[in-house]
Amino acid sequence: MRVLQMARPTLIVLLAASAALALLQLSGLAFWQGLAINFAIFVILVQALNLASGFTGVFSLGHIGFMAIGAYTSAILTLPLATKAEYLPNLPVWLEGVHLDMTVGPVPVGFVAATLIAGALVMVIAGLVGAVLMRLSGHFVAVATLGFLVIVRVVLFNADDITRGSRTFSNVAPYTNLWWAWGWAAIAIYMAWRLKFSGYGRAMFAQKGDRWAARSIGISILRPRLVAFVAGAFLSAVAGSLYAHFITSFSPTVFYFDLTFRVITMLVVGGMGSVSGAVIGTAIVLALAEALRRIEGATLLYGLGGILLAVFFIAVIIFRPSGILGQREIDLEQLVAWRPRRGRRRGPGSATPD
Amino acid sequence: MTVAPVVDVGSPMLEIDGLTKRYSGLVALSNYALDLRPGSIHGVIGPNGAGKTTLFNLLSGMVRPTSGTIRLFGVDMTNSPAHDVARAGVARTFQNIRLFGDMSALDNVKVAVQQRLPIGLAQSLLSTPAFRRREHEITERARETLERLGLAAVASRPASSLPYGDQRRLEIARAVATEPKILLLDEPNAGMNPTETADLLDLIRRLRDDLDLTIILVAHDIPLVMNLCDRIQVLNYGELIADGDPAMVRNNPDVITAYLGQASHA
Repeated sequence: MRVLQMARPTLIVLLAASAALALLQLSGLAFWQGLAINFAIFVILVQALNLASGFTGVFSLGHIGFMAIGAYTSAILTLPLATKAEYLPNLPVWLEGVHLDMTVGPVPVGFVAATLIAGALVMVIAGLVGAVLMRLSGHFVAVATLGFLVIVRVVLFNADDITRGSRTFSNVAPYTNLWWAWGWAAIAIYMAWRLKFSGYGRAMFAQKGDRWAARSIGISILRPRLVAFVAGAFLSAVAGSLYAHFITSFSPTVFYFDLTFRVITMLVVGGMGSVSGAVIGTAIVLALAEALRRIEGATLLYGLGGILLAVFFIAVIIFRPSGILGQREIDLEQLVAWRPRRGRRRGPGSATPD
Repeated sequence: MTVAPVVDVGSPMLEIDGLTKRYSGLVALSNYALDLRPGSIHGVIGPNGAGKTTLFNLLSGMVRPTSGTIRLFGVDMTNSPAHDVARAGVARTFQNIRLFGDMSALDNVKVAVQQRLPIGLAQSLLSTPAFRRREHEITERARETLERLGLAAVASRPASSLPYGDQRRLEIARAVATEPKILLLDEPNAGMNPTETADLLDLIRRLRDDLDLTIILVAHDIPLVMNLCDRIQVLNYGELIADGDPAMVRNNPDVITAYLGQASHA
């Protein structure tokens, strides 16, 4: 009974969201569908960074690197055999015969498998990288993770036989639709939420608050950080796979500073450490970027959008450095009951002065 | 120099021998020794810079000693990291309060309680019944601990918003929530008035009795230590200059010199 009561608001929100998606699907408005898919992919990326950085205070600039690995892995794994032989003739033997392009009825199981394999691969890489880098703090870890991003880019550019190097990688099957994108986004939100309100989340926020105090009660600093880093890497890889099968052709240049800073902007605007804030921040920055793009188109002042977006970001940093929600959460129960003013759920990192 | 003979009753819970810490030229602690008696309240006093906090940092594994050994329940913990020392049953508070300021008082204690009540990552992610039972158990124990320290009313407030005295007690709550055998209190009455100090005295005794603790206490406040401790060690410039019961230490000429300066008619 209690479980049902607790789950009801979540259920209502899920149903409402599904209905909205179904409507959007039926409407046939391709532009808005594309925007909604983009939104979902960014929600996953922002939630990934929220885990890795917002929960732990360890500033990672490398998660777009994990997204890149995810995108290429999934794209290569799902290529049909015929295309693969022609398109990537010099693939290593053990990759040559892999073609996760099968479907069961309407379900592209190959795509799901490729996404999960990409996620698993990235988790292994993140485990190895994180075991070393998560011992660092402050500026050092930011620079070191940035180094990782650069390394990924260099490898993608130079592993011609597998990635086609600097040439565009196209022919990726367009599996990503509204349902896959938002299904994974829901999983990302759920994962971040569950982690935050568990012992793992408390340990993450505790070592963010005071490392000495955390160690004094038996928390090893490395463990919660590594869990967050690897979980964030997994979600980034999933976002990469969804992106690859949405955009269907891309090159290594996509996965770099531009995208990294856009994701950071979304996270900071929403509030580092807030799961609901991450979703709100993503929506705001995405809407703003889209509006500015139209203004650019109308006024022919290209580049204006980027400048205004940067000004907006600077304003947020100056006037509301902890973002819209800080580390607080919007409680679905309150939201559904339509009492938004009291709708703040205290998390392990919540700091609402009474 | 008078050093009282150590009366050892019961098991050797904490044995320290020749413990030394050098920071480049400076000897912060030199050749420190201790054989801690279970159930006692042990005081360490000394003027500023005597090495008291260095001693606590060494005991809690926050800092590695230059030489010497620390054995806890017969196990060598000399070079163990702080989180292992904490899990082995040594908890501490800090001279300058270190709370998780953004977290609620309750969460500050829960994150300590959970160290004794672990639950798997998969269980946590899926919010299984086992996970929810564990969370319930953790919350209950944390509430009990807050109640014990008289902090039940402020459970949901962010730690950083609490008044000073509550913050001090919350640090003690967090430390005892790890279910330690040995509790290290670093200047627990710093910044407290005499009434608050008297309350704290009662609290420390009560905790010792109720939770079966052995307490090591570092303080500036001589009356507090004289009142509370069974045995007192005095540090000066990193050296142990006296070791014995309160009466013995009170009359030790070296101690008087260290605190009041060299008497001219000596």
